Amino acid sequence: MSKRPMAILFDMTVCAGCNACVEACREGHGFSDGKDEIHELAADAYCSLNEKEDYSYRNLCRHCIAPSCASVCPVGALEKRPEGPVSYDAGKCMGCRYCVTACPFSIPRYEWDNPIPAVRKCDMCWDHVEQGGIPRCAEACRYDATLFGPRDEMLAEAWSRIEEDPDEYYAHVYGEHEVGGTSVLFLTPFPLEELGFQKRLGNESLPRLTWDVLDKIPGFAVTAAAGLMALGWIIRRRDEVGELEARIRTDRVTANSKEVRHDDRR
Amino acid sequence: MTTAARPLRLSVWRGVFYALMALGIVLTYIRFTQGLGAVSNMSDRYPWGLWIGFDLLCGVGLAAGGFVVTAAVYIFDLERFKPIVRPAILTAFLGYLLVCLALVFDLGRPWNIWHPLIMWNPQSVMFEVAWCVMLYSTVLTLEFSGMVFERLGWTKLVRYQHALTFPLVIVGVVLSTLHQSSLGTVYLIVPGKLHALWYTPLLPVIFFVSAVTVGLAMVIVESRLSSRALGRQLEMPLLSSVGHILSGLLILLVGLRFFDFWNCGQLATLFDFSYESRLALLELGPLLILPMFLLASPRVRNNTRWLYGAALLVVAGFIVNRLNVAITAFESATGGHYVPSFAEVGITLFIVALGFGAFTLAAKHLPVYPDEEKEEASSAVVTPPTAHAEAPNQRRRIAIPTS
Repeated sequence: MSKRPMAILFDMTVCAGCNACVEACREGHGFSDGKDEIHELAADAYCSLNEKEDYSYRNLCRHCIAPSCASVCPVGALEKRPEGPVSYDAGKCMGCRYCVTACPFSIPRYEWDNPIPAVRKCDMCWDHVEQGGIPRCAEACRYDATLFGPRDEMLAEAWSRIEEDPDEYYAHVYGEHEVGGTSVLFLTPFPLEELGFQKRLGNESLPRLTWDVLDKIPGFAVTAAAGLMALGWIIRRRDEVGELEARIRTDRVTANSKEVRHDDRR
Repeated sequence: MTTAARPLRLSVWRGVFYALMALGIVLTYIRFTQGLGAVSNMSDRYPWGLWIGFDLLCGVGLAAGGFVVTAAVYIFDLERFKPIVRPAILTAFLGYLLVCLALVFDLGRPWNIWHPLIMWNPQSVMFEVAWCVMLYSTVLTLEFSGMVFERLGWTKLVRYQHALTFPLVIVGVVLSTLHQSSLGTVYLIVPGKLHALWYTPLLPVIFFVSAVTVGLAMVIVESRLSSRALGRQLEMPLLSSVGHILSGLLILLVGLRFFDFWNCGQLATLFDFSYESRLALLELGPLLILPMFLLASPRVRNNTRWLYGAALLVVAGFIVNRLNVAITAFESATGGHYVPSFAEVGITLFIVALGFGAFTLAAKHLPVYPDEEKEEASSAVVTPPTAHAEAPNQRRRIAIPTS
């Protein structure tokens, strides 16, 4: 059982579109209801298979290295495991659906019609991986289109495939750097926008965007509370002193006038 | 307002109220037995709908009057605003209660709503939001409790409550500042999904400043509403000076918004008259810049109706802004449109009606508008003299040496 971060590598150029990965995924997760073609992710479909220009490509959770979903989850129901998978614990979840909103790849699905709903997405067959096994989709693939292994080895494999056959591949490994890197890597014959690795996402991890703000909160709270207390005290004191001085002045005026009257009598 | 027209109008509103209660109960039953999908148009594309956009984002913002007014009176020592403190605290308290109620509808597993207490993820803005809601609701309950204690004549508790006022105000202001701004921070993590007209690193600041403006606008709106429903209101000169401060804040907000558009290079996008640009211009033009100009004029500020109208525009602009961030801004990246379902609107109206009902009850039976309460001392409600005494409300002066 290694804690070496693992990854899935999907090579679109060799995928035959045989659907074995989808079927293994559905069976393994207990969704065997006869539906076999999955084009759209759903609460009971963790991976999908679609076609573009005679090629097939998969869609599944990217298991980001710095996952937005896990970072936004208020109760830590979603968690990045050291082995690579982003796992989900329905027992912790309160159903705020921030993960669904935050995912840059729009992966998580919600059980909208369940009165006790949960978030559903690919878990990289965490139950298998934890025991040193491999995800069901990679196990089922007969064409070496879906591979599973240590992330660095998968990256090396991806680049060696590109170098060996530069005409066949678009020279880019999707997921190597985007949003800080993902644990699912994609090789494609041409740029594939459908994968959702938009340029706008950049290579920086997204959770940093909120963490940069959150990080400042404890300091801000303490400073603001102390500052406001001091400010309130100063303003109050100033008003009190002002009032006091005003009264003393009037007192003095009355005292003076009394003295004047006293002098008059003399 | 003639006395003859009054009971009729009240009974119409009462009818509307009971109809909404009945509808709300039916929809609540469906929501909790069949799941969110049965009542809402939310989907995996639009996981957040009207309940987050309106009930939560607007609810929290509209309750901002509570911390703004308490800060003005207890920290900045602007004593003339004292009569506003209680209505503002009441609104904020009810506002937060309603937000919590809306969350019970919106959360998929509301029975786990307490989980952030023991399951921590300090990386999450939602974790911070959850703690702010819990803590500030507690602060508001304590601030509000003073009115209840006074009404019940529990003088000892009134005294304890007053001793706590200043620290409560400080904690309340800090928590509100964090909460209002962090509702904007929530959206910082989706640069790829939020339309460029609304995605900006300044979102937390814009959310905070706009919440302060709408908090003040709500003070004006509420005073008008309660004067019509209960015959109680705040004095015009006071409301005019609230309008004056509001106009200053609106100038700041407009400046901030346009600086931000310029800074993010979005000025051209703002005027390209696309779907998003038109909704942004609605939010900025007639609902932000117009009331800014209106309130800059003393003639508007000193006229009850115009002041009320301008404040209503500010509130409307705030609501459009929050709905734009929560819904419009997602549409181009996500595809399709989200329109709330009948049941989503129904439950929202149910919650709003509960709020109106609770405010009316509280304003009728609690010393919310203290001066009026004195005049009504002869009414059936007999309160012990301490309940009316202003003394505990006023801060203690230091003794003046007499010689």
